[in-house]
Amino acid sequence: MTRLLDITDLHVALPPESQRPYAVEALNLHLEPNEILCVVGESGSGKSLTARAVMGLLPKPRVRIAKGSVNFLGEDLAKVSEERLRAIRGSQISMIFQEPMTALNPVMTIGTQIDEVFRFHEKMPGRERRARALQLLTDVQLPDPEQTLKAYPHELSGGQRQRAMIAMALALDPKILIADEPTTALDVTTQAQVLKLIKQMQASHGTGVLFITHDFGVVADIADRVAVMQNGLLVETGTTDQVLRRPEHPYTKALIGAVPDLVPRAARPRSGATVLRVKNLQKTYRSGGGLFGGKGRVVHAANDVTFDLARGETLGIVGESGSGKSTVARCIVRLNDAEAGEILLGDTDLRPLGRAAMRPHRSKIQMVFQDPFASLNPRTRIGKIIAQGPMMYGASADEAKRKTNELLEIVGLDARAYDRFPHEFSGGQRQRIGIARALALEPQILVADEPVSALDVSIQAQILRLLDEIRDRMNLSMVFITHDLRVAAQVCDRIAVMQRGKVVEIGPTATMFSDPKQPYTQELLAAVPGKDWFSAEDMARVHAT
Amino acid sequence: MTFWKLFARNRGAVVGLGILVLIAVMAATASLFFPADPFSLAGKPMSPPGENGFLLGSDSLGRDVAAGIAHGAKTSLLIGLLATLVAVGIGIVMGALAGYYGGPIDNLLMRVTEMFQTIPSFIFAILLVAIMKPSIESIVIAIAVVSWPAVARLVRGEFLSLRNREFVQACHTLGMSDVRIMLGEILPNCLSPVIVIGSLMVATAILIESGLAFLGLGDPNIMSWGFQIGAGRTLLRSAWWVCTFPGIAILLTVLAINLVGEGINDALNPRLRERT
Repeated sequence: MTRLLDITDLHVALPPESQRPYAVEALNLHLEPNEILCVVGESGSGKSLTARAVMGLLPKPRVRIAKGSVNFLGEDLAKVSEERLRAIRGSQISMIFQEPMTALNPVMTIGTQIDEVFRFHEKMPGRERRARALQLLTDVQLPDPEQTLKAYPHELSGGQRQRAMIAMALALDPKILIADEPTTALDVTTQAQVLKLIKQMQASHGTGVLFITHDFGVVADIADRVAVMQNGLLVETGTTDQVLRRPEHPYTKALIGAVPDLVPRAARPRSGATVLRVKNLQKTYRSGGGLFGGKGRVVHAANDVTFDLARGETLGIVGESGSGKSTVARCIVRLNDAEAGEILLGDTDLRPLGRAAMRPHRSKIQMVFQDPFASLNPRTRIGKIIAQGPMMYGASADEAKRKTNELLEIVGLDARAYDRFPHEFSGGQRQRIGIARALALEPQILVADEPVSALDVSIQAQILRLLDEIRDRMNLSMVFITHDLRVAAQVCDRIAVMQRGKVVEIGPTATMFSDPKQPYTQELLAAVPGKDWFSAEDMARVHAT
Repeated sequence: MTFWKLFARNRGAVVGLGILVLIAVMAATASLFFPADPFSLAGKPMSPPGENGFLLGSDSLGRDVAAGIAHGAKTSLLIGLLATLVAVGIGIVMGALAGYYGGPIDNLLMRVTEMFQTIPSFIFAILLVAIMKPSIESIVIAIAVVSWPAVARLVRGEFLSLRNREFVQACHTLGMSDVRIMLGEILPNCLSPVIVIGSLMVATAILIESGLAFLGLGDPNIMSWGFQIGAGRTLLRSAWWVCTFPGIAILLTVLAINLVGEGINDALNPRLRERT
């Protein structure tokens, strides 16, 4: 069979002041008709730029194809004119992006946007275009396609938007579909549905799919063949079975080894002492309404949330976006004010405390944030970021400095970090700094809001290990917010599952995974990508080879 | 890359900086080269440039135009800088409070700001100076009063977006006070646009000052470019040099400041750095 796409010796050059001369170096890759090729790699591996190079969407002239060819059915896409590329894009090769909200035009209806694709590439009467658009929306299983045609992007949910994007991408029956992390921004259950849809559409249209992802779970679910990239180089290719079960390259092995196991780790004894009790917590967000009337929207972000946290224990709060898990975390550290309920730290109820009254209690509960790039002040040196906490609570400059150096060592950073600025560190290192800052006040409770979801999988494992270590070392209790059940299985002693502001199920991690009672919990577990692939014995085999 | 390197990438900005330095030197050495009062009769009235010992000619009362320009540079730079400092000060306070606290405080402060913005600024400045009697202080106050709203809106916008950033929230969880968060954490992060708008405001302030002096609302005891143009206006056809040279001085100064402002913007705004 002829190859759809044949990339030979592709070099994508970066601007001269970059860390390395080529974002993608000497890449050889091909795509057959009717197959899904997954390109996997961590951030900076060049996987996205490869996709963009094929589409001719590199940010020229700073980033450009320096060498090599992208052969698409006899045409070299690296050399063809901009006009020809435009004709190919959308009709023969199309693309779906990570964030459908920004990839769709917010001021045009879905119908108009699909219509545009037809109008640009083919001549056909308006009625026929509309009928085709309707058929497409039906094909991607959008509820009420008639209505969706008239809807604006913001009126659809994330999953529906991605479906609409897929409909648009497949409108002209392209030979190649490039998908750049299309499910990363979606919830697990939605992700599972969208992956299934992509696979169905691919099979029925016979499309070749180039699927870019960082998630080995997704790879396991969708790929026919896999290509693993590291720092711009292709380190391993093969069928899914080969790469996942019998990885050759040490990097692939390390990556697969870093995927957290879905089988919970061994349970630890639970201490009898309770440090935090949350009772019937209520938090409602209101929006809309306003000056000219209209119906306001009321969202119960936390509805009757009750749980307690034992000393030395890690309680996971899992749920999809909008489940209220972050709201609960923010209410506990008092970044948000809950309307009703109790947050009992020892014997004090923190909920009704004013700012001044809350201050002495602040040091006992500290938070680790999600985004390591936003959580450190870019204009403040690391030393000051960590030391300012203790100094506010009366430590002298010397004391604070000593403490900071000690903490830097605990979180595994060099003492030289003290005088540096945040931008000099990588994401994982910044997250370590964030953890050191939280520990500086010697808290009893650490609230971690998705602390590893912005990190690459290999770094994720390191940070999780660090959190485990310090919890034992400092006898901390931890509230761990996550959407990733794999991560939850590895760090949590108990898990609370939240849905639409309510805790639907709470219990020890092991029971939760082996015997989920609530249908929602079962649904979540079923949607974890690649769950059949990365079972315990598989992982053992990977480690053994 | 150092700030200077980034700045120097914009060649116009370097030229502007050069002109600005020259003007500053001229202002600083005015009393050295022209020790006499610029208002005093220095020789034959209406002398064209280069005659009767006048480098740039004299006006209808025999005042030296060159001396006036040198001394006027002092006035222009002084008023431009002072008025901008005051305006940026007011703007930062109003914008920071509005952006940080939001809600009713934001509403109140922003309505006040809008009230100032609805009045045409030059007419407002004339009105203020006329009420307060022309003097350096009243001119500085008038210019500051008409120019702070732009800064306030800018700072408010920056604070609004920065206050919900995670590093600010981390400070809340540490129990840091509001004032410290505003001054120590948020403000340093929004200084670059403020510096840019401030540098451009100096140019506007100089223009407003010249305009006021042209209309006879300048400080009567202090020589100023606007005053010189105003005095020479009626003689434009018989003695072109009286208006022309101060006019060129204003043009060059404002142009130089704008170029420098642009250069600072390019150097401080990381997104623009990519645009080469």
